[in-house]
Amino acid sequence: MIEIRIHGRGGQGAVIASKVLAVAVFKEGKYVQSFPAFGVERRGAPVMAFTRIDDQPIRIRCQIYEPDHVVVLDPTLLEAVDVTAGLKEGGWILINSEQDPATFDLPARYRVATIDAQSIAIKYKLGPKSAPIVNTAILGAFAKATGIVGLEALAEAVRESVPLKPEENVAATREAYNSVVAS
Amino acid sequence: MEKVIMGNHAVSYGAKLARAQVIAAYPITPQTQIVEMLSEFWAEGLLDAKFIKVESEHSAMAACIGASSAGARAFTATSGHGLALMHEMLHWAAGARLPIVMANVNRAMGPGWSIWTEQTDSLAQRDTGWLQFYCESNQEVLDSVIQAFKIAEQVLLPTMLVLDAFVLSHTQEPVDIPDQELVDRYLPPYDARYKLDPGDPHAFGAMVAPPHYMELRYKIQKAMEEAVEVARQADGEFREIFGRSYGLVEKYRLEDAEVVLVASATITSTARVVVDELREEGYKVGLLKVRMFRPFPTKDVREALAGARKVAVIDRNISFGHGGIFAEEIKSALYNGSHRPPIFGFIIGLGGRDVTPASIRGIAEYTFEHDTPEMEIIWREVKNS
Repeated sequence: MIEIRIHGRGGQGAVIASKVLAVAVFKEGKYVQSFPAFGVERRGAPVMAFTRIDDQPIRIRCQIYEPDHVVVLDPTLLEAVDVTAGLKEGGWILINSEQDPATFDLPARYRVATIDAQSIAIKYKLGPKSAPIVNTAILGAFAKATGIVGLEALAEAVRESVPLKPEENVAATREAYNSVVAS
Repeated sequence: MEKVIMGNHAVSYGAKLARAQVIAAYPITPQTQIVEMLSEFWAEGLLDAKFIKVESEHSAMAACIGASSAGARAFTATSGHGLALMHEMLHWAAGARLPIVMANVNRAMGPGWSIWTEQTDSLAQRDTGWLQFYCESNQEVLDSVIQAFKIAEQVLLPTMLVLDAFVLSHTQEPVDIPDQELVDRYLPPYDARYKLDPGDPHAFGAMVAPPHYMELRYKIQKAMEEAVEVARQADGEFREIFGRSYGLVEKYRLEDAEVVLVASATITSTARVVVDELREEGYKVGLLKVRMFRPFPTKDVREALAGARKVAVIDRNISFGHGGIFAEEIKSALYNGSHRPPIFGFIIGLGGRDVTPASIRGIAEYTFEHDTPEMEIIWREVKNS
């Protein structure tokens, strides 16, 4: 089983991201489960969402405490929450940032990748410029960095899951897939 | 067609496929998405139903009672405080013998204010005359909505299916959405025996004096007793058409089990993982899932626990002043039987506190280590016990 934790701020699309990822992996024939942290969401506040992936039906029904990988939709969260809590050795930390992965002071047992999802989302006019919706871009980067899901399945999942601008979102996913920077 | 959907939407698809004709509901977290999606189905012309907006849950149930009295297939959904506000009307629906189906998303009662899962809201309605089914997966949720109408319309009692807040309601997972044609084959249109009809007038809801009232109650109990076999048959027919069934209870790895865990709803799902792990480590442990709570499947429970040396009941609910409600019911079911093993009553996960594999393992280990429960209530993971 692969377990993924997505950190975001309310309104950035962390919950939708966890679902789109699940739908994409499901399209490739695997079992999936995705859910928000069982909490109250407020715009701007730190939120979490989770995705589980397995070759067999998934029976476990609790939150994820020891993820294989984490996704961070907002780099300022690194100062607010411990995004590495419980993260397994060798796990990916994918951060929405224009900076190089080496600039982040994170333990060497993890792999770090960055993508400027913010600029990509603004370029494709996803959400307001002051608070762009970065979830579809960052998933493209996640797919490339981890190899967990193929770009085509992901693009299809994005197209059918986002409420607005499906083609712009798919373009953002593709651009991020092709421009992620890994340590 | 298989789709990744949340538990709330599994309910919506179930109600749509069951061709609910009247839907009346009031929004409440974490249930709201159920009726939101039904209203979208209606707006898109995919659902041929009357959608009634109301000002409270009490009115939602009253509208369903009116619709069902007129012979329509009526559906609603609610949660926690909404269900509590319906309480009076729940008695009415059962007393009037109306086969209304309702989904309740388990939500803890306030104060302290909570939107998270706990079963006390629905279990507190156990004496209202509604059938109750507790679901473990989104697939079971969808299938149970369809089965609920089939059962309710045969025994003429309202039926509630129950799912955990967030752990199912907001969790997305693959669900097979059956073909309408197959559902139509399984569930024929509702043909009410008695209905409000100006062309064939009857009196409804009249005063019933002592010479007759008790007989009406006797008939409700008889219908409940009949519902055990009706539900079993409905589940069997469901398997023939859709290839899936759930049972009234489910025995999981009970062969030679010395300790049997008893669970309901999503805790069952996680408990399966723990039972598999413990079995690999050599523990003789099994799991009994209780899906149907009303009517209580006493015979099935006795038979399933016939070989158990100790029974550990996991309750995400509490009847204050007594204990966990499933534990009470299991004790009551076994008392007049021939086998009465020690019953350990564990309370865990109230107000949506996460129940993990480690939580369930702890319960199993406690039961293996103790000959008797020592306490009537064994609290788990509570900070000041």
